[in-house]
Amino acid sequence: MRAVFATGSLRARLVVQLLVVAAVLAVLLYFTVRSTADRAAEATQDAILGAATVSIAEQLRGGDGGVEVDLAYATFSMLGAVGQDRLFYRIDIGGETVTGYDDLPVPDVRPASLAAVFYTTPYLDTRVRIAAVARSIIVDKGPVPVLVLVGQTRQGQAAIADQLANRAGLIGLGFFLLAVPLSLLSAGSVFNPINRLAEAVGRRGPRDLRPVRHPAPSELAPLIGALNGFVARLRGTLSQTETFIAEAAHHIRTPLSTVRSEAEIALRQSTDERTRVRLRSMIRGVEASSRSASQLLDHAMVLYRSDQLEGVAVDLCQITRSLARAFGPTAELREVTLLVEGDAAPLCVLGDALLIESALRNMVDNAIKYSAVETEVRIVLATDAGMVRVEVCDQGRGLSGAGLTELSGRFTRGGNVGDVVGSGLGLTIVTEVAAALGGRFELVERDTGGTCASLFLPQL
Amino acid sequence: MLGGCDVIAPLASATIPVKADMNLSRRRVGEVSLRFLLVEDSAELARPVRDLLALDGHGVDWAATLSEAQDCLNAARYDLILLDIMLPDGDGRQFLQAQRRLGHDTPVIVMTARAAVSDRVDVLDSGADDYITKPFDFAELEARVRAVLRRRGGAAQTVRRYGDLLFNPLTATVTIDSDVRDLRNRELRLFEILLGAPGQIFSKDQLCDRLFSYAETVSDNAIEVYVGRLRKKLVGSLARIETVRGLGYRLTGG
Amino acid sequence: MRQFILATAVSLFATMAGAFEVEDERVFGNGPGPEIAVLSTTDTAFFAPLIEAFLVGRPNLRLRYVVASSQEVYRAIHDEGAAFDLVISSAMDLQMKLANDGFAASYASDAVARLPGWARWRDRLFGFALEPVVLLASRRAMVGLEMPRTRRDLIDLLRAHPARFNGRIGTYDPHVSGAGYLFATQDARQTDAFWRLAEVMGRLNARLYCCSGEMINDLVAGDITLAYNVVGSYALSRVKDAPDIVVIEPEDFTVALLRTGFVPVGAGQGALGGALLDFMLSPRGRGLMDTAAGLPPLDQSLLQPYLRPIRLDPGLLVYLDRIKRENFLAEWDAAMTQP
Repeated sequence: MRAVFATGSLRARLVVQLLVVAAVLAVLLYFTVRSTADRAAEATQDAILGAATVSIAEQLRGGDGGVEVDLAYATFSMLGAVGQDRLFYRIDIGGETVTGYDDLPVPDVRPASLAAVFYTTPYLDTRVRIAAVARSIIVDKGPVPVLVLVGQTRQGQAAIADQLANRAGLIGLGFFLLAVPLSLLSAGSVFNPINRLAEAVGRRGPRDLRPVRHPAPSELAPLIGALNGFVARLRGTLSQTETFIAEAAHHIRTPLSTVRSEAEIALRQSTDERTRVRLRSMIRGVEASSRSASQLLDHAMVLYRSDQLEGVAVDLCQITRSLARAFGPTAELREVTLLVEGDAAPLCVLGDALLIESALRNMVDNAIKYSAVETEVRIVLATDAGMVRVEVCDQGRGLSGAGLTELSGRFTRGGNVGDVVGSGLGLTIVTEVAAALGGRFELVERDTGGTCASLFLPQL
Repeated sequence: MLGGCDVIAPLASATIPVKADMNLSRRRVGEVSLRFLLVEDSAELARPVRDLLALDGHGVDWAATLSEAQDCLNAARYDLILLDIMLPDGDGRQFLQAQRRLGHDTPVIVMTARAAVSDRVDVLDSGADDYITKPFDFAELEARVRAVLRRRGGAAQTVRRYGDLLFNPLTATVTIDSDVRDLRNRELRLFEILLGAPGQIFSKDQLCDRLFSYAETVSDNAIEVYVGRLRKKLVGSLARIETVRGLGYRLTGG
Repeated sequence: MRQFILATAVSLFATMAGAFEVEDERVFGNGPGPEIAVLSTTDTAFFAPLIEAFLVGRPNLRLRYVVASSQEVYRAIHDEGAAFDLVISSAMDLQMKLANDGFAASYASDAVARLPGWARWRDRLFGFALEPVVLLASRRAMVGLEMPRTRRDLIDLLRAHPARFNGRIGTYDPHVSGAGYLFATQDARQTDAFWRLAEVMGRLNARLYCCSGEMINDLVAGDITLAYNVVGSYALSRVKDAPDIVVIEPEDFTVALLRTGFVPVGAGQGALGGALLDFMLSPRGRGLMDTAAGLPPLDQSLLQPYLRPIRLDPGLLVYLDRIKRENFLAEWDAAMTQP
């Protein structure tokens, strides 16, 4: 198994980021609303306070006996209405406090016109917002400066701002809480295309090397592009490998054929015994090398195909019978009778036809090769506890005590086969195919002489 | 040009290719027994194969390319085509498929150097009758040719007469006075070798080389066993296998 | 040790108590625990049942009930910083000013939270009794005359029978009585008819009183026929003894006075002062207030449509303004003093 190193989860990262953003937004919302509400409430309160102060200032009238002051009940009543705030006032005429709280702080700069000047200042046990309005009044001696101060605590304003801010806070909290499932959902939907792409790629069989055409968001286009590039390179490499194996075979076999055929002709035409001996050994050499080449290439093919196995239903019966037919002439040459027993009904296993054929070919080839003349090679097809068994039995020389473990090693041959050309890869191939397809291979010496090779594959 | 549609004269032959409906009496010794088309781009390989077939008395036309092969097929009829796969001007399998689509059913044995299992399957799917992997034992090629022709029984049949017996290599029988006798494989091949050059002495070694695979070791008296068996099959005929002391065996009585 | 502290506290209280004029003082209960000090304008007799009921469940407490006039209550808190745990007064304007000027501590409880908006000012000042300011008439003296139902009726009545009412109308002297000043200013705020009434009363040589008690005494004695702007609770408590007296709530509007209380800033037992206030607002407290103290509890459901409770808001500060007061009293004097 290849290890996939996961460095954190993108989804978790995205969710956390979304939540952090949501939290920041919620906090921002809270403070924005708070300060805005505070300012709005202050502006409103200032407007009312200013209007009240101006109204009081305008009700001051000059007269013969001095200035006439008339505080309107309604004005005061109204000022207290908003937040039930405490109220302080002071009226200075000609620089002298005539009524109200004579210690109420005056503004640093005397207001210029009838427009109110606002300031916040500590007074008594609290802080007050004061509106100051200045005007002059004509009394008998001439103009007299008048200063009207109306101060107000701002608990009401603070309460309104608090209330609004708290509501904003609640909304912010609600927003955040809503953001939790939403960001989970959104992270999910963001990663859905990736998951779907991964599924689509994962569903492909080992031989599916078509470019990925799965619809995906544009952000994934570079990934898909890179993936397709990789697939293309892989496809190129694989087809080169396959082509290479085929080419290699061709380039080895063609000259060997020539040598062999020439040697055979020479052998037919020569009568010189020494030459004939040489030619025979030459032919044997060619035979051995071509066999080795074949099996090496078969072995390479087996390894290559086992690595990217794609299970399909394979009819063992049909393969076995056509193989037996192909081996017919070979067996005939050695006067070996090749028999196939069992029903012709399909016996299906899950696997790879080429791998299975390769294994059976080696089994049958061995059986014929090591059979004595005028004997039988019996191929039996049977089902056995959920497995399909192909048994190839010969009446040959047996194994002389060697076990499968020794014989299935690469380039390992039995101790009693020195006179027969072979590569030592045949049983290796069979064993490897059996393992790749989830089956097993058995090789036993028969009591009556000869060997039985059995390939077990899981029945479909 | 390495190849061409030149018919090579048989080095030695006593068989005539005949259709099933042909009159047996028209066959005479010295005619080409089977006519092959060898499609193979490598001259080095084509030459020995052609020579070996010719040694057995067959006629062989050699084509180095598919277009030459097409020319040959247009000009003559063949009993069997030996077809290579990788050819300079195309793939033998496609050529074969095209032939089969056109309804040409001349038996084809593909000679492949590729040997991969997938190639074998492909070859049979393309319409070949059999395949043989290079390099091949010539005896095996003969066996496969025989098997193919036997399977295609109706398409070509060769019966050879020698003296008072009739020999059918495809059915592996000798007929003496209407008595049909089956030959086993090695008896058949031994008889074929001897019949290929009647009167000629074949040494034990020569016969061994032809009869047994080079990959196996054979005991010295193995040939004597088969000669003995074949003699029994020929009992009642004028034809008989003579032992030439110290030299070998020869077929007489033709 | 405790003896010493107690002695010190008592002596301290004694020195301070000397500064403002105390009308009555009584200690309820004899528990060893803390002492609640209550400063009130309401006579001890009215309040005693309520206090005793309050102490039933709190046997370890003592309660010092100090009675003073509303001006003295104001002075004690505003000028002298006297130490009390609950300050009760019928002078809404002065109470409002004390609260506005920061002498009332914050107090929160379920009971005060249930008060209607006009009956409390923020979390500082709370009304606990609502007393209509009424017109009293002597049934005997009014024989043959229709009882007035509104101020207009009253003016018409007085104008129609000057001889019969000359010198026989009583009302507060706003110069002397804080309550009288408050009622007059509230009347003046509500209707212009007030000034016509003042002129008519002036022309008929109305008698001016410092206190409602004397006014009612004269009415019961038959010295006057009508008493204008009398606090209901006193009036009603008298009515029981004197079937001759008719209580008239003017239907054009009847000003209603809130008796208010607050826990002063720096109260030693502020929580207990608040607890007493809560008790006064509780169903049981209300019942006692109605039956025993003769103080109509604050009950919105009993409000008549013409009843105008004086709102607890900074408007009350206006008539406390020196100049405003001078102007108002000057106008009153001008109305009352006929050429």
